[in-house]
Amino acid sequence: MFTRRRTWAMLAAIALIPILLAVAVALTSDELAPGEGPPFLDRVTQNGLFTGFTATLLALPLFLPLTMAVVAGDTIAGEASLGTLRYLLIAPVGRLRLLVVKYLGTIVFALAGTFTLMIAGGIIGAILFPIGPVTLLSGDQISLAESIGRMALVAVYTAISMSGLLAIGLFVSTLTTVPVGAMAATVVLAGVSQILDNLPQLSWLHEWLFTHYWLSFADLLRQPIELGSFASNSLLQLGYIAVFGALAYSRFTTKDILS
Amino acid sequence: MPQALELAIKTSSLTKQFGSQKAVSSIDLSVPKGSVFGFLGPNGSGKTTTIRMILGLAAASKGDIELLGHPIPKELEHALPKVGALVEGPAFYPYMSGRNNLIRIDSADRNSRSGTRKQRVDAALERVGLTNAAKKKVHAYSLGMKQRLGLANALLKPREILILDEPTNGLDPQGTREVRNLIRSLAAEGITIFVSSHLLSEIEQLCSHLAVMTAGKIVAQGSLAELRNESQTRLVLKADRIDELVDLLKTQGLTKLSLKPDRVVVPVPGDFDVASLNQLLVKKKFMVSEIRLEQPSLEEYFVNLTGEGFEVVR
Repeated sequence: MFTRRRTWAMLAAIALIPILLAVAVALTSDELAPGEGPPFLDRVTQNGLFTGFTATLLALPLFLPLTMAVVAGDTIAGEASLGTLRYLLIAPVGRLRLLVVKYLGTIVFALAGTFTLMIAGGIIGAILFPIGPVTLLSGDQISLAESIGRMALVAVYTAISMSGLLAIGLFVSTLTTVPVGAMAATVVLAGVSQILDNLPQLSWLHEWLFTHYWLSFADLLRQPIELGSFASNSLLQLGYIAVFGALAYSRFTTKDILS
Repeated sequence: MPQALELAIKTSSLTKQFGSQKAVSSIDLSVPKGSVFGFLGPNGSGKTTTIRMILGLAAASKGDIELLGHPIPKELEHALPKVGALVEGPAFYPYMSGRNNLIRIDSADRNSRSGTRKQRVDAALERVGLTNAAKKKVHAYSLGMKQRLGLANALLKPREILILDEPTNGLDPQGTREVRNLIRSLAAEGITIFVSSHLLSEIEQLCSHLAVMTAGKIVAQGSLAELRNESQTRLVLKADRIDELVDLLKTQGLTKLSLKPDRVVVPVPGDFDVASLNQLLVKKKFMVSEIRLEQPSLEEYFVNLTGEGFEVVR
């Protein structure tokens, strides 16, 4: 996957988000009133390290799921459309093993994506704004070293948030030989889940939606650190991985490879 | 077909149904070990579907498959490492070089040894004449080069059988000849070769055995000699006084004759005695200008079995 130009292009695009954000903030000298604009945005000028957090927040609804859908939707359908799937299977690569390897590959991409957001954010933030001890949402200050640890933690949290979506994408990808179709369907599902999550009438459903805890990474920016949403999110994502992994398995192992 | 022969591929009443249509209809293939087995049939006759089932890519609707003695799909993973295959054209990642494509597919296979990988990949590339293009990306390859790369992929490891689906597709005449030579040299090493084609002329010179498939059914199968014997010998006669000639032939029991403008054609047994008939004709004062036995070519036989038409049968 990382020999592929598309993968690097997507990572570059991800890196562009914090850069654009920081440059835009730096060019407009107007001070934002606290709370104006997206959360954290007002803090970027005070501390460059917040750029990564803000960029993650901006990328979460659409951009990050989009790149995840591209990678996950491509897993099986992409191989099928190229015809390389049949050669992998007769190499032989067991069907279960292929699914597992492909899924782990998407997880690696998710980590690469979220760390790219953080690292690019940290670097551009350090260039354009003062950096120093970070004032957390709870008002406490943590040291530079500790705040870098928090950045890594948020990146891991966001990658975990993506893992359920990636499992859905993997399953959709076993249904078709048209990778673009699998990608689009996966993005649509991410969108639908977020919309449902915003309808108060469906509040009973909210905690079951795989997008529900996406934005809760802010809990990691409190002192003492709140791990409650980290745990619920991980559990929820594991559930999605189990269900859609099983669906992908049952579909893929019985599928006739005719492409 | 003698049952004592060890079989590399054996199918019994193998059937594949897509919806209401039977793509493959109860076929019994027997591919002897060490043979070069031609699998002949027009486009859309079910050849590739059969190959997919043999390789475990598609499940059979009915019937059994044995590949190198392993029941398929139950023992698929034991059989496949001994099988090299080219199925429905080569397929590679266009953004990787030919060499890296082979390395990737070899490393995906847990059975292959990584220590010898580079060596095996280079040897396979050399064997198909791609050494000079090994570092080019596959999207820059011509169809013929991709076909060769596909063959190289089938040759990455020592194999017991090669299953080659239309291996000469897209090759120029020179490439076709090279592939034929390659197949010959592999067969000489004792590897069983199962090669499909829609052109008899492509494989007639190569094969020791042949099966002919049309509309999902196998209509003929056996060694080349056996199939030649099955085709009907004909007597061709050219003489004057055609009407009297026909009457005379009828007295000799040759009744199923067909009259062409200037000659008579009669199906006869393979051991028909032409000399005696000729003597009789001369005795009756016929002016015989041509008398001979004719063996239809395999090509004719093949067309007879599968039909001449350009139309897709179904």
